[in-house]
Amino acid sequence: MSTDNDAATQVQPSAHRDNAREDALNDAQGISKKDVTAPALGPRGMLRWAWTQLTSMRTALMLLLLLAIAAVPGSIFPQRVQDSFAVQTYIEDNPTLGPVLDFFQMFDVYSSVWFSAIYILLFISLIGCIIPRARKHYQQMTSPPPRTPRRLDRLPEYGALELTSDGPDPEIALTEAGKVLKKRRYRVDVRRHEDGTGSVGAEKGYLREIGNIVFHVSLVGVLIFVAAGAMFSYRGQKVLIEDEAFVNALVAYDNFYPGTWFQEENLEPFSIRLDSFERAFDRQLFDGEPNPNYGQALDFTAEVTIQDGPQSEPEQTELKVNHPLSLGGGAQIYLVGNGYAPVITIRDGEGEVAFSGPVITRPDDPLYTSMAVVKAPDAAPEQLGFVGLFLPTAHDTGDGLAISIDPELGNPELHLNSYAGDLGLDEGVPQNVYVLDTEDLTELNARDADAGGIAIGPGETHELPEGLGSIEFEVVQDYVAIDIHYNPGTTAILIFALTATAGLITSLFLRRRRAWVTVEQNEHGRTLVSYGLLARGEDFRLRDENIALRTEFEKTWPVRPPEENNES
Amino acid sequence: MTVAPLSAHLPQINVELAEYSELFMLISAFIYTFAFILFTVDLVRSSATIRRVEAELAAEQQEERTRRLVGAAAPGHDAASAPPSQPTATDAELVDDDLAYMGASRPFANVAVALTAVAAAAHGFAVIARGVAAARWPLANMYEFLTAAALLVSVVFLLVLLRRDLRFLGIFVLGLVVTMMAGATMGFPTPIGHVQPALQSPWIAIHVTLAVSAMAVFTLTFAMNVLQLVQSRRERVLEGEPKGRFERNLGKAQFMRLVPSAFSLESWAYRLNAVGFVFWTLGPLITGAIWANESWGRYWGWDPKEVWTFVIWVVYAGYLHARATRGWTGNRAAWLSIIGFICIIINYTVVNIWFPGLHSYAGLPE
Ligand code: HEM
Repeated sequence: MSTDNDAATQVQPSAHRDNAREDALNDAQGISKKDVTAPALGPRGMLRWAWTQLTSMRTALMLLLLLAIAAVPGSIFPQRVQDSFAVQTYIEDNPTLGPVLDFFQMFDVYSSVWFSAIYILLFISLIGCIIPRARKHYQQMTSPPPRTPRRLDRLPEYGALELTSDGPDPEIALTEAGKVLKKRRYRVDVRRHEDGTGSVGAEKGYLREIGNIVFHVSLVGVLIFVAAGAMFSYRGQKVLIEDEAFVNALVAYDNFYPGTWFQEENLEPFSIRLDSFERAFDRQLFDGEPNPNYGQALDFTAEVTIQDGPQSEPEQTELKVNHPLSLGGGAQIYLVGNGYAPVITIRDGEGEVAFSGPVITRPDDPLYTSMAVVKAPDAAPEQLGFVGLFLPTAHDTGDGLAISIDPELGNPELHLNSYAGDLGLDEGVPQNVYVLDTEDLTELNARDADAGGIAIGPGETHELPEGLGSIEFEVVQDYVAIDIHYNPGTTAILIFALTATAGLITSLFLRRRRAWVTVEQNEHGRTLVSYGLLARGEDFRLRDENIALRTEFEKTWPVRPPEENNES
Repeated sequence: MTVAPLSAHLPQINVELAEYSELFMLISAFIYTFAFILFTVDLVRSSATIRRVEAELAAEQQEERTRRLVGAAAPGHDAASAPPSQPTATDAELVDDDLAYMGASRPFANVAVALTAVAAAAHGFAVIARGVAAARWPLANMYEFLTAAALLVSVVFLLVLLRRDLRFLGIFVLGLVVTMMAGATMGFPTPIGHVQPALQSPWIAIHVTLAVSAMAVFTLTFAMNVLQLVQSRRERVLEGEPKGRFERNLGKAQFMRLVPSAFSLESWAYRLNAVGFVFWTLGPLITGAIWANESWGRYWGWDPKEVWTFVIWVVYAGYLHARATRGWTGNRAAWLSIIGFICIIINYTVVNIWFPGLHSYAGLPE
């Protein structure tokens, strides 16, 4: 039988340059390492050299560290993916630094050229690393365990046993050594010489390397599906007021962010209607006193009617935080916000209704002190605008200033300033509906103006000065903000993340071991068994394996105690 | 109109139990502090400990020699007339590379370990009581996070102590535990309460528990890797001539003789780091993404907290790679492990406090 089955491994260059563990392994087995060092001349040689460099362990390490460093600025500067408004504000606040940072893509770190370059190189390196590695491992798994090293006593773990004279002769001992190793789940190759002596080569723990390959391949899988998922995905936002319905179509969204390859036909026609909304707050008393978290929101429940496509029946259900609804073949609906929408009617100076409907107010604090902006561009003779606060439970602090003292509708009030003039809506410049630019407007009502501010409760009307109109606060409705997300990649990403973890655990905690046993006859005619063990990668229990093997051997054969060995 | 007394659907908070929880938290912090002091005394007295061990060894050798002499019945032999040399214990006789318990008895350290166990029991009660009182997993704010992390650090430390002699780490581990407890009770005192809807998820139990476990493990490896760097410098100093005051002092540092060799620290730190890395992969990274997908509608959004979770993961992946890269094994890899831990500290201090993100739960529509 061949004893030189390591030839294949020897000829092939190391699958990963700079791998310290392979070096150690080869050293222990007395195999000289082959390095590709000096670049060969010529473009092909250069290319090969560059490729070897790129797929070396050291490069992988450097790219990993670079990736970690490159990710950091994204936590320091606001990011467009997160909050493009914050980025705009940042640039306006830092007129010199802002544009420079923007030029270097500091506000789009994770889609920037430099960040992409690092991870793309890393993944090329990774693929260039896995393929030879997998090929080499396949070879090792299909060929017999490595050649028996000449000197077993040089291996990290080593042992020798001298059998008593009535023990088995080498030929039988060799067979039995193979059986012992097999029992310990080694893959075994018995190599006999003519004279009955010989050696056994054995290896186990191939799964460790498979785990490592599965881990790295899964990372590639994650990356591919993250990219593909983002391409075909879409996400959008919509504010729904009580009794309002949303139909999944482009025009219905307040904001819509399509992926690169998104197509409008992809929008499945489902609909969702907000029937009612309920909030629950912490109302527990400690010894008759409000507890420190009194008034904290504990639960939001939106009662909705959904219809998953025109063919299906409408169905009533609940939408809650942490419990998205799945509609339209994979789109997920999330409850991400809520607030109050006071219903307001504005009549202009000519007595016409210039605006009527619910106004979405933006809660600013846990007490739902909410920003309110109303614009009535249809008002005549002058356009009207209102800015102020909606307070669910208004409380007068005494100096004419009202604050909200509770998030629920105990004493709802609107506190507004009013303005007349050109609202600037006609120029076609898109405007934030939650902001009123008052610079060019005439102030009508304000707390420090002659006419005073507007403070009205439900059912109350306030007449504007100079006969410019009136504002009526009718009732309060609830609204919810929902996010609609569609990302076809998530399931695959999750699966690859889990296979990566499984591979990682296998590769970190399984042990790959090689064992060799040689059987000889010594000068006293007794059978001498020596064995050596070598681990590939970390193995802190190789000594335990040595002890276990020795115990097995001692159970199999009559062994001469070591003292007698010394004497003979 | 009056405020509608809407009662929540959640169970009432058990105020009395919550007060006991706070009391026991304080008690355990005090006991930890005491244990820390004793570990410090043990460090200061390490030269005395070593002297005692040396004396014991000397006595043993003396006995051995007399026995041999009597047995050989050779009076007037050289060995007998030679002056009884004062044997100095080699480091190998003081500590073991497998971190097994050796003969050296260290009464102060032992009492400190016992106190740590008592404190951990009180601490465990405090953490569990807090959870029971609020009828939820007690990991919803910085106070609870820090106290739970401190608990896991000391429990992991005690568990390892059952099998391995980690007493040399005591001063570092207890120092960190005391810091965390002080940070929690003084820096982030938070009254007990229910949590907002986004946090009412079973994922919090898995996600945050794994994160805390990973932190506990990384805390230990951080201390070991720092000691490794010191020890390896000392080993180099002992081999050659010490240069400068620092190296001379290092060469004489008695405490470091009770610390295992740099090589042994390195491999133990690696074994723990591998476990920590799996926890970090499963916890902050994967279950974090799953929960984010359920709560916020995207599995990953580069929120500052997510950025740092990623950075930490990549740094420790770099550490695992470095250990397999020629020229990077040993001390260089240790630096990466240390940097990883510094990133964790940044993640829970700087990022929590100064970089706003979803993890501070703004949660309002744009
Ligand atoms: C996406 C970036 C990468 C990550 C996150 C990553 C992560 C890891 C982790 C956590 C391990 C430790 C598990 C183990 O010991 O089996 C590991 C091992 C390994 N990685 Fe990577 N890796 C990446 C890229 C690469 C690249 C580009 C290469 C090619 C040079 C590579 C080659 C290896 C090798 C050879 C090992 C095994 C080391 C040994 O024990 O011999 N990895 N990797």
